Amino acid sequence: MRKNKHIYSVLAALILLLSASPIFAKNSSASSEEELNVKEFILEHLADSYEWHIVGNGEKVISVPLPVILYSKISGWHFYSSSRFHRGKPAYDGFQIAAEGKYKGKIVETDASGNVTRPLDLSLTKNAASLLFTSLLLILIIMGVARSLKRNPLESKKGFTGIMEMFIMSIHDEVIKPSVGEDYKRFAPYLLTVFFFIFINNLLGLLPLFPGGANVTGNIAVTMVLAVATFLVVNLSGSKSYYKDILWPDVPTWLKVPVPLMPLIEIVGTITKPFALMVRLFANIMAGHSIVLGLTILIFITVSLGSAINASMTVISVIFTVFIDFVELLIAYIQAYVFTLLSAVFIGQARISHVSKPISQETKQFFIEDK
Amino acid sequence: MSLLSPEPGLLFWMMLSFGIVLFVLAKYGFPIILKMVDTRHNYIEESLQSARKAQEELARVKETGEALLAHTRKEQALILKETARKKDILIEQAREEARLEAEKIIVTARDQIHAEKEEAILSIRKEVSRLSIDLAERILREKLITNEDQMGMIDRLLDEIEISKS
Repeated sequence: MRKNKHIYSVLAALILLLSASPIFAKNSSASSEEELNVKEFILEHLADSYEWHIVGNGEKVISVPLPVILYSKISGWHFYSSSRFHRGKPAYDGFQIAAEGKYKGKIVETDASGNVTRPLDLSLTKNAASLLFTSLLLILIIMGVARSLKRNPLESKKGFTGIMEMFIMSIHDEVIKPSVGEDYKRFAPYLLTVFFFIFINNLLGLLPLFPGGANVTGNIAVTMVLAVATFLVVNLSGSKSYYKDILWPDVPTWLKVPVPLMPLIEIVGTITKPFALMVRLFANIMAGHSIVLGLTILIFITVSLGSAINASMTVISVIFTVFIDFVELLIAYIQAYVFTLLSAVFIGQARISHVSKPISQETKQFFIEDK
Repeated sequence: MSLLSPEPGLLFWMMLSFGIVLFVLAKYGFPIILKMVDTRHNYIEESLQSARKAQEELARVKETGEALLAHTRKEQALILKETARKKDILIEQAREEARLEAEKIIVTARDQIHAEKEEAILSIRKEVSRLSIDLAERILREKLITNEDQMGMIDRLLDEIEISKS
């Protein structure tokens, strides 16, 4: 999120506050209101938005307007600039951003009879724009590396290409190869794409300045698509014994017939795996952003407690934020790594074609003699 | 709860962008990178292997050369020894032959000398007998007019012969 921006504004605010803190300090009734705003502030930053906020607060805001694309059952397709919508402002063309309720923060349509409905909203929101930007960036980076390697494959690369090559090969050799097993070559491109897609989005999410700062991988829609992709890859490339283990596992028959208890559990299992992937990535990144926001907002909360406490809290907040940012950097890698590793492991499990051993002659003999 | 419910709009954009990224990178990006790295890996492996092979070859060649050299030296020594031996034999043989030849020559010479000596003795004998006959004739002719003279002469001559003989 936009931590650094907050830090800057905090520094500016500090100077202001030091001169004007008595006024704020006296305004004790504001404190409860502030606290109420904390939750909203964090949630607002975690959530998607129709415009790409760059800097500013309140009335003076610099932001990039993004296209709003709507399809309403009532009035058909609509294309607007997001600059026409502001939260809580009167409706534009029958549409407005809901201030509260179920669709809070989303564009809703109010029809003639006053019913509020949500149109199909394909707006290029902040997250979507960030996705497109990072996708383009990733394609440029990887294709650049590929072209540079293709031009002169026998020469070892230096600089950025060399680092990227090492990075790619470390994921390829240490994550994909041992986890997928035999025909890892078929799945390596998909898994590498997943890794670098998550990683670059995580990194740009940490960047507080304009092209970054969107909570992309901390959005469940994004992680859902990734998890579904892994689900499809795993289940469309499964071996015969993988499906057999799901639909007719090696358990006593009464667990399978007449009530297919075990098959049901197995099928649920195939869904929970990618579901866990989805939630893990989403929760980790979102939590990281929340922590950073929470630490930053400490400064604004403590404003009402006097300048001394506020100043010390500011220092603590900045130190902690920097620390958490480093942790987040680690998490950005770890989460991409874990997602890729687990995807690779799931693919590997689905590819194993172990045949359940038939009872050997010796064992049969043993049982016969026993009788 | 809005955080936990996926937005259809974002789902759409995510599918679009991830789909494009996946299509481009999984088809044209990563396979090429992996292939190129593999190519280089193989190249390095091959180079190492060929270098090792060349080194082995070199060592082998060196070894062979040394062995050859040693062998040649041995051969040379053997040949030299043999030659020396042959030389000795030849010299010995020549010496023997020369000795035999010399002996033969000596024998021949001796025989010849012997024959010549015999011949000389024979001729001397002939001469002597001729001379003695001649002498006798002359004496006979000159002085042997009387018997006494003859007898005295013979006696004297015989004496002389006796004296010269003894």
